[in-house]
Amino acid sequence: MSESATRIALVYPELLGTYGDGGNALVLATRLQWRGLEAEVVSVPAGAPLPEQCDLYLLGGGEDEPQVLAVDGLRAGNALSRAVDAGATVLAVCAGYQIVGHSFPGSDGRQYDGVGLLPVETQRSFGAPGEPIPPRAVGDIVIDPDPVLGIPALIGYENHGGRTRPLPGAEGRPVGIVRRGIGNGTADRAEGWVMGKVLATYLHGPVLAQNPALADLLLRWVNPDLPELEGPAEADELRRVRLKALGV
Amino acid sequence: MSAATKLSPRARVALALEHAASATSRRLGRGSGEMIGGKVALRTHPGLLGEIAAGRALACVSGTNGKTTTTRLLAAALSTIGAVASNSGGANMGPGVLHALARRPYGAPGALEVDELWLPRVAREVHPLAVVLLNVTRDQLDRSNETRRISGMWRSLGGELAGCTAVANCDDPLVTYAAEGFESQVWVAAGQNWTADAMVCPSCGKLLERGPEYGWRCGHCELRRPTPDIEVLSTDTLRWRGMSVMVSLKLPGRVNTGNAAHAAAAAELLGVAPAAALAAMTSVEAVQGRYSEADLAPGRRGRLLLAKNPAGWVEMLELLDTEPERPVIIDFNSRTADGRDPSWLWDVPFERLRGRLVLVTGERREDVGVRLAYAQVPHTLYASAEQAAAAAPPGVLDVVANYTAFRDLLVRTTPRGKA
Repeated sequence: MSESATRIALVYPELLGTYGDGGNALVLATRLQWRGLEAEVVSVPAGAPLPEQCDLYLLGGGEDEPQVLAVDGLRAGNALSRAVDAGATVLAVCAGYQIVGHSFPGSDGRQYDGVGLLPVETQRSFGAPGEPIPPRAVGDIVIDPDPVLGIPALIGYENHGGRTRPLPGAEGRPVGIVRRGIGNGTADRAEGWVMGKVLATYLHGPVLAQNPALADLLLRWVNPDLPELEGPAEADELRRVRLKALGV
Repeated sequence: MSAATKLSPRARVALALEHAASATSRRLGRGSGEMIGGKVALRTHPGLLGEIAAGRALACVSGTNGKTTTTRLLAAALSTIGAVASNSGGANMGPGVLHALARRPYGAPGALEVDELWLPRVAREVHPLAVVLLNVTRDQLDRSNETRRISGMWRSLGGELAGCTAVANCDDPLVTYAAEGFESQVWVAAGQNWTADAMVCPSCGKLLERGPEYGWRCGHCELRRPTPDIEVLSTDTLRWRGMSVMVSLKLPGRVNTGNAAHAAAAAELLGVAPAAALAAMTSVEAVQGRYSEADLAPGRRGRLLLAKNPAGWVEMLELLDTEPERPVIIDFNSRTADGRDPSWLWDVPFERLRGRLVLVTGERREDVGVRLAYAQVPHTLYASAEQAAAAAPPGVLDVVANYTAFRDLLVRTTPRGKA
């Protein structure tokens, strides 16, 4: 693999890969290859040190206990924070979103420290004590991305128990506003959080497969001179059919 | 005195209602009647399942994949000693099990397929001699966090079932953890071709280690792969407590040899010798339409294969490789019974279909299309499996469908193999 290859780290796929999350790495690498550019997917098994030299880091969804194991590993070496400081791009999805924030709840009811890449916190509920805890957010989700991102509607599936909000005075912005679904679960109908080149969302699994414009946005953060790429036609067709089926 | 005359008056009333309701349902064409009769009867007499199961030699079969087939193989084995009660229609919750047990002769031994989440409720009532635990893998992603929960739930169940033996796949850590909760175990090394749900120790939550010498083990606690009593060595060979045993099944693939090994181990616990049990399984050709062939279009027959989750798909991809390169139709839905979330398509190594003619249908065919685009597998979408078949060259095709797609395909076609 040459020096110029874009290196994509798939972080702890055995812990953070419950929802077909490896698909995002495949989509990114394939979209580079279709442009005649080189890509290398580096699968980082849990327990192994996280390489700091990758251009793009992918964190996917996982169950509660694996999520806690994953954050232990990520906090241990602090490699991810150093990579971000050095300019790396991060896509964090679902449990990965909660992990890159300030804190999140474990299945034991404890609040765990996250990696702290994003100024957000996740809890089971932000309601007053005594108020019922909201049900899991499970189902199809469609969001209108913040115009600053310059991409069309994002479609996907969400399945999470936590609710996520920015810390007071937080930098960054939501990825978008929920048109259908739950997202962060806050009153402003926000979904996800983006700050610098770290983008986090509850649209889980292969979110980049259904939203090629988001895939290319991440790739452009790595390489501003990224050539345009049409298609694949299958993704255009899927988006047309799903947006129609979801009535948005 | 026959078993039926020992039943309480209330049980006899409930049974009569069961028979009437299921017969009415069948007569009205509302289905096989397995569910409705059982529901009515259990509402009338919630203890009926326990009463009608009392004193019978029963085995429950559960797991994410293979339970219908394994139950069918076990029923074939038990039939060598007489009548068998079995929920062969695939209704695998409480009412379906009751429907199977509510048929004469009431004392017959039983091969009972039980849904993973229903297993504790059913087993506590029917007191089986054996519980077959095949595997636990991700299925229906919109139902969350279930694999580890199921394993823990089964383990607790084991402690409540006096005299019950777990027949369990020791290559699956989640199954092993569950089976260790039972009074005794028969360990079957049936293999595990899908390990993504068994990376973390079900006992202590730390990472599991894997290696050729020990299979799998936890580096932190005592949980490890037990020494198997029965091993699947190849599609047609088992090692049975040290002895080499040949198996000759009409059902294809190594996965079904593993199912047969589990079924034979359960049959042995119910009094059928392994050789007789395995010989009887040879007669099973198709199970609920699975592995049967159906006419899809003039000159085109489809072999019908069910794959409802990534582990099942990996099994089917292995099966496809054992045949000459046939065209493949993928029929994919995502209704409630399938799981609404199709993300798991990205866990299936569809890259292995490269080089085949691939035709795609089903309500979520566009999702499959995108997956295949990135797998760089050329493909074409069709409105139905029949239209896809018509576009393929004459001959036999393989059709891999998920749950509701498969069911609908069965309803529309007339399989040639015996269901």
